Amino acid sequence: MQIVLALIIGALFGFVLDRIGATNPTVLIRMLSLRSLGLMKAILLAIGVGSILMFGGQMVGLVDVGHMSVKTAYVGVFVGGLLLGAGWALSGFCPGTGVCAAATGRKDALFFILGGLLGAAAYMITYPSVKATGMLDAIAGGKVTLGSVPGAKYDGLMAMPGDVLGIVLGLIFVAVAFAVPEAPGGDAVPAPAE
Amino acid sequence: MTLNWKIGGVALGLVFFLAVLLVKPIGVSTQFVILDGIVADVVNPELVTKTDDGYTSTNAYLAKSGGKYAKSVANPLNYSFIFVIAMMVGAFLSAKMRGGNGADENKLPAIHYANFGDTPIKRYAIAFAGGFVVLYGARLAGGCTSGHMMSGMMQTALSGYIFAAGAFAAAVPVAMMMYKKG
Repeated sequence: MQIVLALIIGALFGFVLDRIGATNPTVLIRMLSLRSLGLMKAILLAIGVGSILMFGGQMVGLVDVGHMSVKTAYVGVFVGGLLLGAGWALSGFCPGTGVCAAATGRKDALFFILGGLLGAAAYMITYPSVKATGMLDAIAGGKVTLGSVPGAKYDGLMAMPGDVLGIVLGLIFVAVAFAVPEAPGGDAVPAPAE
Repeated sequence: MTLNWKIGGVALGLVFFLAVLLVKPIGVSTQFVILDGIVADVVNPELVTKTDDGYTSTNAYLAKSGGKYAKSVANPLNYSFIFVIAMMVGAFLSAKMRGGNGADENKLPAIHYANFGDTPIKRYAIAFAGGFVVLYGARLAGGCTSGHMMSGMMQTALSGYIFAAGAFAAAVPVAMMMYKKG
Protein backbone atom coordinates (compact mmCIF):
# COMPACT_ATOMS: atom_id res chain seq x y z
CA MET A 1 0.00 0.00 0.00
CA GLN A 2 2.85 2.36 0.93
CA ILE A 3 4.49 1.72 -2.42
CA VAL A 4 1.24 2.45 -4.27
CA LEU A 5 0.92 5.73 -2.38
CA ALA A 6 4.55 6.57 -3.18
CA LEU A 7 3.81 6.02 -6.86
CA ILE A 8 0.64 8.13 -6.85
CA ILE A 9 1.78 11.05 -4.68
CA GLY A 10 5.28 11.09 -6.18
CA ALA A 11 3.90 11.17 -9.73
CA LEU A 12 1.48 13.97 -8.83
CA PHE A 13 4.31 15.95 -7.24
CA GLY A 14 6.56 15.56 -10.28
CA PHE A 15 3.69 16.40 -12.63
CA VAL A 16 2.79 19.59 -10.75
CA LEU A 17 6.44 20.68 -10.39
CA ASP A 18 6.78 20.49 -14.15
CA ARG A 19 3.48 22.31 -14.72
CA ILE A 20 4.44 25.29 -12.54
CA GLY A 21 7.67 25.70 -14.46
CA ALA A 22 9.91 24.46 -11.64
CA THR A 23 11.79 22.05 -13.91
CA ASN A 24 12.97 24.96 -16.07
CA PRO A 25 16.26 26.55 -14.87
CA THR A 26 15.38 29.79 -16.66
CA VAL A 27 12.20 30.15 -14.57
CA LEU A 28 14.11 29.28 -11.37
CA ILE A 29 16.97 31.70 -12.01
CA ARG A 30 14.59 34.51 -13.01
CA MET A 31 12.79 33.88 -9.70
CA LEU A 32 15.98 33.82 -7.61
CA SER A 33 17.26 37.02 -9.24
CA LEU A 34 13.87 38.58 -8.38
CA ARG A 35 12.99 39.32 -11.99
CA SER A 36 9.93 37.13 -12.36
CA LEU A 37 8.18 35.91 -9.22
CA GLY A 38 5.27 33.88 -10.61
CA LEU A 39 6.83 30.64 -9.37
CA MET A 40 7.54 32.22 -5.98
CA LYS A 41 3.88 33.17 -5.73
CA ALA A 42 2.87 29.58 -6.53
CA ILE A 43 5.26 28.15 -3.90
CA LEU A 44 4.11 30.60 -1.21
CA LEU A 45 0.50 29.78 -2.01
CA ALA A 46 1.26 26.05 -1.88
CA ILE A 47 2.87 26.33 1.56
CA GLY A 48 -0.11 28.34 2.79
CA VAL A 49 -2.70 25.96 1.36
CA GLY A 50 -0.82 22.93 2.68
CA SER A 51 -0.51 24.47 6.13
CA ILE A 52 -4.17 25.49 6.41
CA LEU A 53 -5.40 22.09 5.23
CA MET A 54 -3.00 20.13 7.44
CA PHE A 55 -3.64 22.03 10.67
CA GLY A 56 -7.35 22.40 9.89
CA GLY A 57 -7.46 18.66 9.20
CA GLN A 58 -5.76 17.97 12.53
CA MET A 59 -8.33 20.11 14.36
CA VAL A 60 -11.27 18.18 12.95
CA GLY A 61 -9.50 14.86 13.43
CA LEU A 62 -9.03 14.10 9.72
CA VAL A 63 -5.24 14.32 9.73
CA ASP A 64 -3.15 12.16 12.06
CA VAL A 65 -0.87 14.50 14.05
CA GLY A 66 1.62 11.61 14.14
CA HIS A 67 2.22 12.07 10.40
CA MET A 68 4.09 15.30 11.10
CA SER A 69 7.84 15.06 10.66
CA VAL A 70 9.76 18.02 12.03
CA LYS A 71 13.49 18.27 11.40
CA THR A 72 16.05 19.33 13.98
CA ALA A 73 17.26 22.94 14.11
CA TYR A 74 21.07 23.30 14.25
CA VAL A 75 23.67 25.76 12.93
CA GLY A 76 24.39 23.45 9.99
CA VAL A 77 20.83 23.95 8.77
CA PHE A 78 21.70 27.58 8.03
CA VAL A 79 25.17 26.80 6.63
CA GLY A 80 23.78 23.98 4.50
CA GLY A 81 21.01 26.32 3.40
CA LEU A 82 23.62 28.84 2.22
CA LEU A 83 25.44 26.16 0.22
CA LEU A 84 22.23 24.81 -1.27
CA GLY A 85 21.10 28.33 -2.14
CA ALA A 86 24.37 29.09 -3.94
CA GLY A 87 24.25 25.87 -5.96
CA TRP A 88 20.55 26.34 -6.65
CA ALA A 89 21.18 29.80 -8.14
CA LEU A 90 24.23 28.58 -10.11
CA SER A 91 22.43 25.66 -11.70
CA GLY A 92 18.76 26.58 -11.53
CA PHE A 93 18.03 23.17 -10.02
CA CYS A 94 17.31 21.87 -6.53
CA PRO A 95 17.27 18.14 -5.73
CA GLY A 96 13.59 17.52 -6.54
CA THR A 97 13.36 19.73 -9.60
CA GLY A 98 16.71 18.42 -10.87
CA VAL A 99 15.54 14.81 -11.07
CA CYS A 100 12.24 15.94 -12.60
CA ALA A 101 14.04 18.14 -15.15
CA ALA A 102 16.17 15.17 -16.20
CA ALA A 103 12.97 13.20 -16.74
CA THR A 104 11.63 15.94 -19.03
CA GLY A 105 14.68 15.49 -21.26
CA ARG A 106 17.02 18.22 -20.04
CA LYS A 107 20.61 17.06 -20.54
CA ASP A 108 22.13 19.54 -18.07
CA ALA A 109 19.94 18.03 -15.33
CA LEU A 110 21.78 14.73 -15.75
CA PHE A 111 25.02 16.53 -14.92
CA PHE A 112 23.30 18.13 -11.94
CA ILE A 113 22.26 14.68 -10.67
CA LEU A 114 25.77 13.31 -11.20
CA GLY A 115 27.24 16.24 -9.28
CA GLY A 116 24.57 15.76 -6.62
CA LEU A 117 25.40 12.09 -6.14
CA LEU A 118 29.07 13.03 -5.69
CA GLY A 119 28.18 15.88 -3.32
CA ALA A 120 26.05 13.55 -1.21
CA ALA A 121 28.89 11.01 -1.22
CA ALA A 122 31.32 13.72 -0.13
CA TYR A 123 29.04 14.49 2.80
CA MET A 124 28.83 10.80 3.72
CA ILE A 125 32.63 10.68 3.85
CA THR A 126 33.14 13.99 5.68
CA TYR A 127 30.22 13.49 8.10
CA PRO A 128 32.37 12.56 11.15
CA SER A 129 34.48 15.73 10.84
CA VAL A 130 31.40 17.91 10.25
CA LYS A 131 29.83 16.39 13.36
CA ALA A 132 33.00 17.08 15.34
CA THR A 133 32.64 20.82 14.71
CA GLY A 134 29.44 20.86 16.79
CA MET A 135 27.58 22.36 13.84
CA LEU A 136 25.05 19.51 14.02
CA ASP A 137 24.19 20.00 17.70
CA ALA A 138 20.57 20.94 18.27
CA ILE A 139 19.76 24.59 18.97
CA ALA A 140 16.59 26.23 20.32
CA GLY A 141 15.19 22.86 21.39
CA GLY A 142 16.01 20.99 18.18
CA LYS A 143 12.86 19.46 16.72
CA VAL A 144 10.51 22.30 17.49
CA THR A 145 7.54 23.95 15.86
CA LEU A 146 6.79 27.65 16.30
CA GLY A 147 3.67 27.00 18.38
CA SER A 148 2.78 23.94 20.48
CA VAL A 149 0.81 21.57 18.27
CA PRO A 150 -1.73 19.57 20.33
CA GLY A 151 -0.89 15.86 20.38
CA ALA A 152 2.40 16.28 18.50
CA LYS A 153 5.63 14.75 19.76
CA TYR A 154 7.41 18.06 19.15
CA ASP A 155 7.81 20.94 21.57
CA GLY A 156 6.67 24.41 20.68
CA LEU A 157 8.99 27.39 20.63
CA MET A 158 6.08 29.39 21.98
CA ALA A 159 3.26 28.18 24.21
CA MET A 160 0.47 29.34 21.88
CA PRO A 161 -1.61 26.62 20.20
CA GLY A 162 0.43 25.42 17.24
CA ASP A 163 -2.52 24.39 15.10
CA VAL A 164 -4.13 27.82 15.34
CA LEU A 165 -0.75 29.45 14.66
CA GLY A 166 -0.27 27.12 11.70
CA ILE A 167 -3.53 28.25 10.15
CA VAL A 168 -2.74 31.93 10.82
CA LEU A 169 0.72 31.54 9.24
CA GLY A 170 -0.89 29.64 6.38
CA LEU A 171 -3.21 32.57 5.75
CA ILE A 172 -0.23 34.92 5.89
CA PHE A 173 1.58 32.81 3.26
CA VAL A 174 -1.51 33.03 1.05
CA ALA A 175 -1.74 36.81 1.57
CA VAL A 176 1.97 37.26 0.78
CA ALA A 177 1.56 35.10 -2.34
CA PHE A 178 -1.07 37.54 -3.58
CA ALA A 179 0.90 40.63 -2.48
CA VAL A 180 4.21 39.71 -4.13
CA PRO A 181 4.47 41.41 -7.54
CA GLU A 182 4.82 39.07 -10.49
CA ALA A 183 7.55 41.21 -12.06
CA PRO A 184 9.11 43.50 -9.40
CA GLY A 185 11.37 45.41 -11.78
CA GLY A 186 8.45 46.28 -14.02
CA ASP A 187 9.90 43.70 -16.38
CA ALA A 188 7.47 43.59 -19.28
CA VAL A 189 8.94 40.43 -20.76
CA PRO A 190 7.48 37.37 -19.04
CA ALA A 191 9.62 34.30 -18.50
CA PRO A 192 9.35 31.98 -21.47
CA ALA A 193 6.93 29.17 -20.73
CA GLU A 194 9.24 26.71 -22.42
CA MET B 1 1.59 24.88 -20.70
CA THR B 2 2.80 26.56 -17.51
CA LEU B 3 -0.06 26.83 -15.06
CA ASN B 4 -1.29 30.12 -13.71
CA TRP B 5 0.35 30.62 -10.30
CA LYS B 6 -2.95 30.40 -8.44
CA ILE B 7 -3.96 27.07 -9.94
CA GLY B 8 -0.39 25.77 -9.76
CA GLY B 9 0.02 26.88 -6.15
CA VAL B 10 -3.24 25.29 -5.04
CA ALA B 11 -2.37 22.07 -6.91
CA LEU B 12 1.06 21.94 -5.28
CA GLY B 13 -0.46 22.68 -1.86
CA LEU B 14 -2.94 19.83 -2.35
CA VAL B 15 -0.09 17.44 -3.15
CA PHE B 16 1.72 18.46 0.05
CA PHE B 17 -1.50 18.01 2.01
CA LEU B 18 -2.19 14.63 0.43
CA ALA B 19 1.30 13.46 1.38
CA VAL B 20 0.97 14.43 5.05
CA LEU B 21 -2.64 13.17 5.19
CA LEU B 22 -1.84 9.71 3.83
CA VAL B 23 1.82 9.08 4.70
CA LYS B 24 4.32 11.78 5.70
CA PRO B 25 5.72 15.11 4.52
CA ILE B 26 7.54 15.16 1.19
CA GLY B 27 11.35 15.08 1.04
CA VAL B 28 13.83 14.30 -1.73
CA SER B 29 17.51 14.88 -0.99
CA THR B 30 18.03 11.86 1.30
CA GLN B 31 17.49 9.64 -1.73
CA PHE B 32 20.75 10.84 -3.29
CA VAL B 33 22.47 9.30 -0.26
CA ILE B 34 20.41 6.14 -0.58
CA LEU B 35 21.32 5.76 -4.27
CA ASP B 36 25.00 6.37 -3.43
CA GLY B 37 24.68 3.71 -0.76
CA ILE B 38 23.04 1.22 -3.13
CA VAL B 39 25.82 1.69 -5.69
CA ALA B 40 28.59 1.57 -3.08
CA ASP B 41 27.08 -1.53 -1.50
CA VAL B 42 27.23 -3.33 -4.85
CA VAL B 43 30.93 -2.45 -5.16
CA ASN B 44 31.61 -3.26 -1.51
CA PRO B 45 28.98 -5.58 0.04
CA GLU B 46 30.55 -5.03 3.47
CA LEU B 47 29.21 -1.45 3.49
CA VAL B 48 25.74 -2.28 4.79
CA THR B 49 25.19 -5.28 7.00
CA LYS B 50 22.22 -6.78 8.80
CA THR B 51 22.27 -6.82 12.59
CA ASP B 52 20.00 -8.53 15.11
CA ASP B 53 17.70 -5.55 15.31
CA GLY B 54 18.06 -3.89 11.90
CA TYR B 55 20.89 -2.66 9.70
CA THR B 56 24.17 -0.87 10.18
CA SER B 57 27.02 0.37 8.01
CA THR B 58 30.74 0.90 8.11
CA ASN B 59 29.91 4.46 6.95
CA ALA B 60 29.04 6.58 9.98
CA TYR B 61 26.46 8.60 8.09
CA LEU B 62 24.55 5.54 6.87
CA ALA B 63 24.76 4.03 10.35
CA LYS B 64 23.43 7.08 12.18
CA SER B 65 19.98 7.21 13.82
CA GLY B 66 19.86 3.46 14.38
CA GLY B 67 20.86 2.65 10.81
CA LYS B 68 17.74 4.02 9.14
CA TYR B 69 19.63 5.00 6.00
CA ALA B 70 21.44 1.64 5.98
CA LYS B 71 18.03 -0.04 6.11
CA SER B 72 16.81 1.95 3.09
CA VAL B 73 19.98 1.08 1.17
CA ALA B 74 19.36 -2.60 1.90
CA ASN B 75 15.67 -2.27 0.89
CA PRO B 76 15.42 0.13 -2.06
CA LEU B 77 11.73 -0.66 -2.54
CA ASN B 78 10.78 1.70 0.28
CA TYR B 79 8.31 4.59 0.19
CA SER B 80 10.78 7.49 -0.04
CA PHE B 81 12.95 5.98 -2.77
CA ILE B 82 10.01 4.91 -4.93
CA PHE B 83 8.54 8.38 -4.37
CA VAL B 84 11.47 10.02 -6.17
CA ILE B 85 11.31 7.53 -9.05
CA ALA B 86 7.58 8.29 -9.33
CA MET B 87 8.34 12.04 -9.39
CA MET B 88 10.40 11.43 -12.52
CA VAL B 89 7.54 9.49 -14.10
CA GLY B 90 5.12 12.34 -13.30
CA ALA B 91 7.42 15.00 -14.72
CA PHE B 92 8.08 12.87 -17.80
CA LEU B 93 4.34 12.49 -18.46
CA SER B 94 3.71 16.20 -17.94
CA ALA B 95 6.51 17.08 -20.35
CA LYS B 96 5.23 14.59 -22.95
CA MET B 97 1.70 16.03 -22.69
CA ARG B 98 2.91 19.58 -23.28
CA GLY B 99 5.07 18.53 -26.21
CA GLY B 100 8.47 18.48 -24.48
CA ASN B 101 11.04 21.21 -23.92
CA GLY B 102 12.32 21.33 -27.47
CA ALA B 103 15.79 20.27 -28.62
CA ASP B 104 17.40 23.65 -27.96
CA GLU B 105 16.14 23.82 -24.37
CA ASN B 106 17.15 20.23 -23.72
CA LYS B 107 20.67 21.06 -24.88
CA LEU B 108 20.91 24.15 -22.67
CA PRO B 109 18.37 26.46 -21.01
CA ALA B 110 17.53 29.88 -22.48
CA ILE B 111 18.97 31.78 -19.52
CA HIS B 112 22.38 30.19 -20.03
CA TYR B 113 22.24 30.99 -23.74
CA ALA B 114 21.35 34.62 -23.01
CA ASN B 115 24.33 35.06 -20.68
CA PHE B 116 27.01 32.74 -22.02
CA GLY B 117 26.00 31.92 -25.58
CA ASP B 118 25.97 28.47 -27.16
CA THR B 119 28.34 26.87 -24.66
CA PRO B 120 26.78 23.54 -23.64
CA ILE B 121 29.98 22.21 -22.03
CA LYS B 122 30.12 25.26 -19.79
CA ARG B 123 26.46 24.72 -18.88
CA TYR B 124 27.08 21.06 -18.00
CA ALA B 125 30.06 22.03 -15.85
CA ILE B 126 27.95 24.63 -14.01
CA ALA B 127 25.10 22.13 -13.52
CA PHE B 128 27.56 19.51 -12.23
CA ALA B 129 29.24 21.92 -9.79
CA GLY B 130 25.83 23.25 -8.72
CA GLY B 131 24.59 19.72 -8.07
CA PHE B 132 27.63 18.94 -5.94
CA VAL B 133 27.17 22.05 -3.77
CA VAL B 134 23.39 21.66 -3.58
CA LEU B 135 23.50 18.09 -2.32
CA TYR B 136 26.43 18.64 0.04
CA GLY B 137 24.48 21.58 1.48
CA ALA B 138 21.20 19.68 1.61
CA ARG B 139 22.76 16.82 3.53
CA LEU B 140 24.51 19.22 5.91
CA ALA B 141 21.18 20.97 6.46
CA GLY B 142 19.31 17.68 6.77
CA GLY B 143 16.91 18.46 3.94
CA CYS B 144 16.34 20.46 0.79
CA THR B 145 13.81 22.77 -0.80
CA SER B 146 11.15 20.05 -0.50
CA GLY B 147 11.79 18.71 2.98
CA HIS B 148 12.92 21.86 4.78
CA MET B 149 11.42 24.75 2.90
CA MET B 150 8.06 23.47 1.73
CA SER B 151 7.27 20.61 4.12
CA GLY B 152 9.08 22.31 7.01
CA MET B 153 7.53 25.75 6.77
CA MET B 154 4.13 24.17 6.13
CA GLN B 155 4.46 22.41 9.50
CA THR B 156 5.73 25.62 11.16
CA ALA B 157 9.08 23.89 11.85
CA LEU B 158 11.74 26.29 13.15
CA SER B 159 14.37 24.41 11.09
CA GLY B 160 12.41 25.13 7.90
CA TYR B 161 12.59 28.87 8.51
CA ILE B 162 16.30 28.74 9.34
CA PHE B 163 16.93 26.80 6.14
CA ALA B 164 14.89 29.16 3.96
CA ALA B 165 16.75 32.16 5.40
CA GLY B 166 20.10 30.59 4.51
CA ALA B 167 19.02 29.40 1.07
CA PHE B 168 17.67 32.76 -0.10
CA ALA B 169 20.50 34.74 1.53
CA ALA B 170 22.90 32.93 -0.83
CA ALA B 171 20.67 32.26 -3.83
CA VAL B 172 19.50 35.82 -4.55
CA PRO B 173 22.94 37.48 -4.78
CA VAL B 174 24.44 34.54 -6.69
CA ALA B 175 21.58 34.54 -9.23
CA MET B 176 21.81 38.31 -9.65
CA MET B 177 25.59 38.37 -10.14
CA MET B 178 25.79 35.32 -12.36
CA TYR B 179 22.82 35.88 -14.67
CA LYS B 180 22.50 39.55 -15.60
CA LYS B 181 20.67 38.89 -18.87
CA GLY B 182 17.61 36.89 -19.87
